[in-house]
Amino acid sequence: MALTPEETSEVNAGDSVLRLRMRHFISGAFHLLCSLSAWVGIVALVVMLVVIFRMAQGSLDWKFLTSFDSASPNRTGILVGIWGTFWLMLMTSVIAIPVGVAAAVYLEEYARKNWLTNLIQLNISNLAGVPSIVYGILGLTVFVRNMQMGNTLLSAALTLSILVLPIIIIATQEALRSVPQSIRHASLALGATKWQTIWAQVLPASIPGIMTGVILSLSRAIGESAPLIVLGAVTYIGQTPGKIETIPQLLRDPAAISQVPMASYTVLPLQIYNYAALQAKSGFRHEAAAAIIVLLAILLSMSSIAIFIRHRFQKNLKW
Amino acid sequence: MSFLRVKEQLIQFVLFLCAFVSVIVTVSIIYILFKESFYGNADGAGFFARYSLAQFLTGTTWAPQNGQVGVLPLISATLVITGIAAAISLPLGLASAIFLSEYASPRLRSFLKPTLELLAGIPTVVYGYLALVFVTPYLLKPLDPLVTKLFTDAVSHFNAASAGIVVGLMIIPMVSSLSEDVLRAVPRGLREAGLALGATRFDVSCKIVIPAALSGILASFLLAISRALGETMAVAMAAGAFARLSLNPFLDMQTMTGYIAEASKSDATRGSDEYIAIYAVGMTLFVMTFVLNILSQFILKRFREVYH
Repeated sequence: MALTPEETSEVNAGDSVLRLRMRHFISGAFHLLCSLSAWVGIVALVVMLVVIFRMAQGSLDWKFLTSFDSASPNRTGILVGIWGTFWLMLMTSVIAIPVGVAAAVYLEEYARKNWLTNLIQLNISNLAGVPSIVYGILGLTVFVRNMQMGNTLLSAALTLSILVLPIIIIATQEALRSVPQSIRHASLALGATKWQTIWAQVLPASIPGIMTGVILSLSRAIGESAPLIVLGAVTYIGQTPGKIETIPQLLRDPAAISQVPMASYTVLPLQIYNYAALQAKSGFRHEAAAAIIVLLAILLSMSSIAIFIRHRFQKNLKW
Repeated sequence: MSFLRVKEQLIQFVLFLCAFVSVIVTVSIIYILFKESFYGNADGAGFFARYSLAQFLTGTTWAPQNGQVGVLPLISATLVITGIAAAISLPLGLASAIFLSEYASPRLRSFLKPTLELLAGIPTVVYGYLALVFVTPYLLKPLDPLVTKLFTDAVSHFNAASAGIVVGLMIIPMVSSLSEDVLRAVPRGLREAGLALGATRFDVSCKIVIPAALSGILASFLLAISRALGETMAVAMAAGAFARLSLNPFLDMQTMTGYIAEASKSDATRGSDEYIAIYAVGMTLFVMTFVLNILSQFILKRFREVYH
């Protein structure tokens, strides 16, 4: 039976109110869903940290930090891993930072916008996405085999430098872009050459951004142990690079540093891998967790240093 | 030419060389992977000189030491783990990005965003360790009765599901960071126009903002998938080293990256089949991620909305 116009509008109004309530309900539910998703990540992070700390109970002590690797969980230690990680990061920085910053300076300050520059940019973005193990294959073939460097810290440092180069270049480019053009123009107007402008004005002003990129790339390099497996680093290493075992020893005999680049090595993530995956006895699980805590502590202090340096330099920049 | 001029030109040239290093790196990677795979080196003939491409791409057993070189088991394992990782990270990452850009207050955002980034900063060995020590025993083994009913085999100690879960967790920040950046780039005017016309925030988010930022979101998805494809440590630790062609994620299986790691560790002699297979598998992996990366760059450039 047909409805009168009055009845129709009543029904329509009722429908609209109901639909509106539905839509508001959906909107609220969606809000809840999105916020839960964001918190899932945080909860997972907390759970992860709790698991690691509980598993490490009792294993993290000074003896653990200063002993060599051993087949017995009670006597094993990560001294070799810590030194290896330290030397590797040092050498990687020395190689990658100058090349990366130089490349970024060229691309931002000197390069004309032609096809070659676009190709280089595209290429760098692509390299950032190549799986790290492929860099390991590259390093194995070129450094370990063809250049006959063998499985040493030098080949590892060169391989990791290539790995982190795109990150440093991209971050430095961003930092250089954030320096206002007026700074460059003022310097040039006062008679400085292009390089003088860059060296004395632009680079110092972009140090916060560059530091961020450097720390980001080093953090990535510390964790990327996959290329090192391909280079052949998963073996039992009985001594630290250059036989340097303590810091006082290093200070007493600095000449030992010359032995470091060609030394065999292992790094902390690979020792963790050893403990967790390759050792059949599950007794090593606690040692693995302890080593993980050391690794996370190293990464945390690196990030804190970066944030600190950023702050110090940012305070001096006023524009 | 004055000395200063010469110095400037020299410096510019040196800087150019540094930038060109990146091109040299790419060329080297491609050259080495293809040359070692097809032609080999002083240690022996290349992989594809010993086996045909067809055998490689269509065979279903992977055991190079026995002459069986079908790469499908490795590819299927990689895809299973990447699939699980994508199923976890893409929705959670996108929803987190929406929350951060549309709903969260600036204070909340300044806390949540860096904390989510921490997930990405944790080394992958740690994720592998957690998969072995927590995910498999406490999250997956309890599902044994259900799994046995569905798949006949129980949840094995090494399995692809735990690897997929931790890798998914690891790449959530990639999706959420990149997506959030593009979502925030959508002009406020579009949102305000929608709200003014009576749309709810859900309508605005899903029907206005996301379509506007779609190219960036898709690009972030592709980059995250490419990362999951290339992941080695967590997968090698959690998923095991047995190359099998199976879609059951609760069994152990070996991915492409897992094989490369295992073959490098083992005492395989240089020039042997399992050794030279590293290059063939590496080449396959490189091609897959390369295509994804180029595709994501292309989508980003081509479909980027231009706002006045």
